Amino acid sequence: MNITVCVKRVPDTETRIRIAASGNEIDEGGVKYVLSPYDEFALEAALQVVEEAGSGRVTVLSFGGDATKESLRSALALGAHEAVLLKGEPTMDGWATAQVLASELEGDDAALVLFGVKAVDDDQQQVGPMVAELLGRPCATAVAAMEVGDGVATCWRTVEGGQEVVEIDLPAVATVTKGKYEPRYASLRGIMAAKRKPLREKEAAVVEPGFVVESLEYPPPRPEGRIVGEGPEATAELVRLLREEAKAI
Amino acid sequence: MASRFAGIDFYDVDSLLAEEERMVRDAIREWVEDRVMPIIGHAYVERRFPKELVPEIGELGMLGANLPEEYGCAGLGNVSYGLIMQELERGDSGLRSFASVQGALVMYPIHAFGSEEHRRHWLPKLASGEKIGCFGLTEPDYGSNPAGMITTARETADGGWVLNGTKMWITNGSMADVAVVWAQTRAPGDAKGIRGFVVPTDTPGFSARDQKGKLSLLASDTSELVLQDVRLPASALMPGSTGMRSPLMCLTQARYGISWGAVGAAMACFCEAVDYAGERVMFDGPIAGKQIQQVRIADMLTSITQGQLLCLRLGRLKDEGKMTPQQVSLAKRANVDMACNIAREARRLLGANGILAEYSSMRHMANLESVYTYEGTHDIHSLVLGQTITGIGAF
Ligand SMILES: Cc1cc2nc3c(=O)[nH]c(=O)nc-3n(C[C@H](O)[C@H](O)[C@H](O)COP(=O)(O)OP(=O)(O)OC[C@H]3O[C@@H](n4cnc5c(N)ncnc54)[C@H](O)[C@@H]3O)c2cc1C
Repeated sequence: MNITVCVKRVPDTETRIRIAASGNEIDEGGVKYVLSPYDEFALEAALQVVEEAGSGRVTVLSFGGDATKESLRSALALGAHEAVLLKGEPTMDGWATAQVLASELEGDDAALVLFGVKAVDDDQQQVGPMVAELLGRPCATAVAAMEVGDGVATCWRTVEGGQEVVEIDLPAVATVTKGKYEPRYASLRGIMAAKRKPLREKEAAVVEPGFVVESLEYPPPRPEGRIVGEGPEATAELVRLLREEAKAI
Repeated sequence: MASRFAGIDFYDVDSLLAEEERMVRDAIREWVEDRVMPIIGHAYVERRFPKELVPEIGELGMLGANLPEEYGCAGLGNVSYGLIMQELERGDSGLRSFASVQGALVMYPIHAFGSEEHRRHWLPKLASGEKIGCFGLTEPDYGSNPAGMITTARETADGGWVLNGTKMWITNGSMADVAVVWAQTRAPGDAKGIRGFVVPTDTPGFSARDQKGKLSLLASDTSELVLQDVRLPASALMPGSTGMRSPLMCLTQARYGISWGAVGAAMACFCEAVDYAGERVMFDGPIAGKQIQQVRIADMLTSITQGQLLCLRLGRLKDEGKMTPQQVSLAKRANVDMACNIAREARRLLGANGILAEYSSMRHMANLESVYTYEGTHDIHSLVLGQTITGIGAF
């Protein structure tokens, strides 16, 4: 069974983001880019499914500029078999990106197309479901674990306070979240092997964005900490605030 | 909570690295962050080499990473290899020592001087970490002058060998499955008579004893090897070993990696110092805002940047086949000295907390004293350079 994983190159979550002079994009100077962490879960899911099946190929697909080749090679180093780069300049418009990807995926024989549940740069969670819609395939979102059988995939979805188990008929689309699929480390042999794996480049379909970022702003400075009380007596109040106000527990 | 380690790159050295080299560095960096940092302080205090990490180190391909793929190695270039050492030693010099010995002092000689049978038998298992190796050169009375060694290898009538002698300060010694042992096959002092043997450690007459009482490299196995009438077949001799030159070639490989490793240890201390200085408030402000501490960290950044460029250039020369042992001496000497100074200054910046195992600086400081001494002491490398400059040997 073949699986295609759509991946995006995003700023490292450790990077301190600066807004560019234009005010509606980030300053890319000095920013380190990585594969979006949720895409790594999706890739790991694909690799595990194919490894368990004992056959099949994992293709990674990305829409992006030249630098995206580096991200694709890092996916190849992790074990993907081949990579396809749709060369172009993605915008923040998830619908435009979905159309670009879908036009490539239409001719694809993959039984499963996987995405990360979201890209950590724009956090929109749109592209996976939109691609499913464009391809006319069922879609399971926020999948924490999956089992692929004959013509169907069973997916464990993370929902508020629990799990939901769904079955989707293949071919299908799924978006993957944190759960069973802790990404592996790239082995050094994998990095060497990646250089010999195919990475095809194509011009991406041109889709005019209908969604334009007007401006970006920094988050407000974090409010000062609050001292609830001192000693063991303060515990009850602290727990109450954590539960009711911060909703952290 | 300190943020994830991001390395030091004040001079955009990253742009001098190939994509593959950056990927290698990042992969090892991530692994060290996740797997080594949470346990290393405890392992150190418990005086324990974290052997449980060896299978992963092997699986990721860190052992003998610059040796060819046909023997199960990663087949990386020398800069990638150096970056692995940098990242490992960012974790702990003991871990880097393990990898240096296995890769540069055991796998390298087996590859360079061993028979094809040695290579086929040992290299894949050493690369995967299934087997562990050690390198026995130093003796109790022959440290800086190993050519004077008194461990003997006597050829027997049937063409086999009998080894007798004692090797000291042997990294991985007690846990090794195989030892590369250097012994004199001729009269004492005949440098050309020194040959290398591949000795399985379960050979009768071979024993190893942990070196007690260390105050440095506590998360590393350092042992004494005793060879008492160790009988070996003719095939144990590494046919390509040709005198003292051969172990020195191994040391050049290991020292090359050490010059990178030292940069990693220094980076770890620098990052710890900067983080701490930003958080520690004394006299109404973070100590990072005090001029003395700023001088400290400015000096650290300067020497780390110098060290980084030095070993990168050395790595490029090595890839081009132009690196000389004297250049390696310069880098080992300069970078380890640099790292020793930085570790000590970082420890001081941390005040009382700096003496705790919870922080890394004092562990690095203590470790680096061994690194300063092994693989040719700082002084011996001074003499190598002195001889190179003046033409006069002063040993
Ligand atoms: C933790 C650790 C791990 C080690 N691992 C290994 C290993 O795996 N395998 C192995 O074979 N060895 C190993 N060694 C041994 C190491 O290489 C030797 O300790 C080193 O070569 C120095 O030898 P020595 O300790 O006998 O010091 P000595 O040679 O006795 O030196 C003592 C002092 O005299 C100085 N000195 C020596 N000669 C001169 C001279 N001509 N002029 C001026 N000064 C001089 C030295 O610089 C030093 O300061 C290890 C050592 C340590 C500490």
